[in-house]
Amino acid sequence: MAASKNRPSGFSRKAQYSLFAAYVLTIAGAVFAGLLLVISVIDPTGFAALRKIGAEVTAPVARAFDSLRRSVNDLGGNTSAYFDAAAKNAKLTKEVKANRTKIIEARAIKLENKRLRNLLALKQAETGHIAIGRLISSTASSSRRLATLSIGSNYNIENGQPVRGPEGLIGRIIEVGPTTARVLLITDPGNPVPVMRVADGVAASGEGTANGMVMVRPVNLGINPFKIGDIIVTSGNGGLFRPNIPYAKVVKIIPDGALARPLANPAFTPYAMVLPIYEQEAMETLAIPADEPIAPAQAAEPQE
Amino acid sequence: MKRAGGGFKTRQAGPLKKSPMAVFKRPSRTYESRLNREQSRLSMIAIPVASVLLGSMVTAMPIIETQPVLPPLGLMIFLAWRLLRPGLWPMWAGLPFGMFDDMFSGQPFGSAALIWSLIMIALEIIDMRAIWRDHLQDWLIASFMIVIALFGGLICAGLVYKARAEAIVLLPQILLSLLLYPITVRMVARLDRWRLST
Repeated sequence: MAASKNRPSGFSRKAQYSLFAAYVLTIAGAVFAGLLLVISVIDPTGFAALRKIGAEVTAPVARAFDSLRRSVNDLGGNTSAYFDAAAKNAKLTKEVKANRTKIIEARAIKLENKRLRNLLALKQAETGHIAIGRLISSTASSSRRLATLSIGSNYNIENGQPVRGPEGLIGRIIEVGPTTARVLLITDPGNPVPVMRVADGVAASGEGTANGMVMVRPVNLGINPFKIGDIIVTSGNGGLFRPNIPYAKVVKIIPDGALARPLANPAFTPYAMVLPIYEQEAMETLAIPADEPIAPAQAAEPQE
Repeated sequence: MKRAGGGFKTRQAGPLKKSPMAVFKRPSRTYESRLNREQSRLSMIAIPVASVLLGSMVTAMPIIETQPVLPPLGLMIFLAWRLLRPGLWPMWAGLPFGMFDDMFSGQPFGSAALIWSLIMIALEIIDMRAIWRDHLQDWLIASFMIVIALFGGLICAGLVYKARAEAIVLLPQILLSLLLYPITVRMVARLDRWRLST
């Protein structure tokens, strides 16, 4: 390739000066960028407005292509469903039979649970949601794991609210624009989630590893209690995520915990449900007249 | 691709008829508009800029990934233009392009601006040392810069958000970027020809 025309600058004073000025400008630019980064370190949400503009401007394109993306995603599953359909059918029929009795048992348990709750005068925790949207894009080239949600403050979405799909927890809202919101996925290293094992409630803390997996570490260090195949759900500690949202499934045991695969894959989730912050729910439950001796079972801290 | 010879043959076959339908005869029209014309200054400047900006905006497409696998296309197109046409942009061009990239990448604001500025300075120094280079050397230089930029991005995100991913996470993305770079150069070269021929 040919060298660029202004180098070496030779005896021309003008060329020398302009090259020097270019260096000065570039280094000044780098210092300026460094300052921006320092401001970002001090106030990570400082430039949120600029990012919001970026997300809002490109959201129409992402929305337009979203249905196409999802139909392409479905294509693989739909095609593979045709193979070994007969064997699958037989297997599923057997499963349905087995499940029917379990469902009846579960219904009975649910009724009993309700009766016992009424007996204790416990208020049922709200299971409502704030809004339902779709994930329309993600930061696919950055090690930060963020996704863009198709709804924003026009649906009363606020920072910190958890987002879940039908299969489980997706993440939480960290930036809200007029018609879009940024979701910090649970696979981001900066998104710790208080969790527990569903079978016996062993408390643990989960956080992302940025490669599509999450790391689950038990709160009580010592013997590693996890086994491959364990289902992990949110525990409701910390007051952000409500309890019993499916979180991940353990796939590998490591010395101080376990690697788990999130149950909800944001790429395939048909919709994303924005939930209210759990602590607020707990607060509302607590806000019943004080003379009644009530301690909500799901509250993060026991009432004094 | 059209050959110039074909155009001359049609011109020499007979005098050009000035019928109203002559406008729709492709060869004469094509070559009349392409001979002795002024290059469009707008497309000379806008095509490279637009290609980098669009590369940065690719993350807005509905690609949802749980891990970073999409190559940093904005950076790759930027590097390809810089290595293909060293005098095209001033040295400080890394700052505005990087700031634009920061708006879309999800990285902390200022990280790409800083990294791209440093890359421009590094490339300037490399240009002074190694003046005549071939494609393989450019690929090597670009690979080095892409790896540095991805790790730099990881470190910046770790600085700002106090939680950093393992470096191994970047491996698939790095491999994909390095293998995709020659194709990017081809595309940029095609864009360059279009830029200078319109």
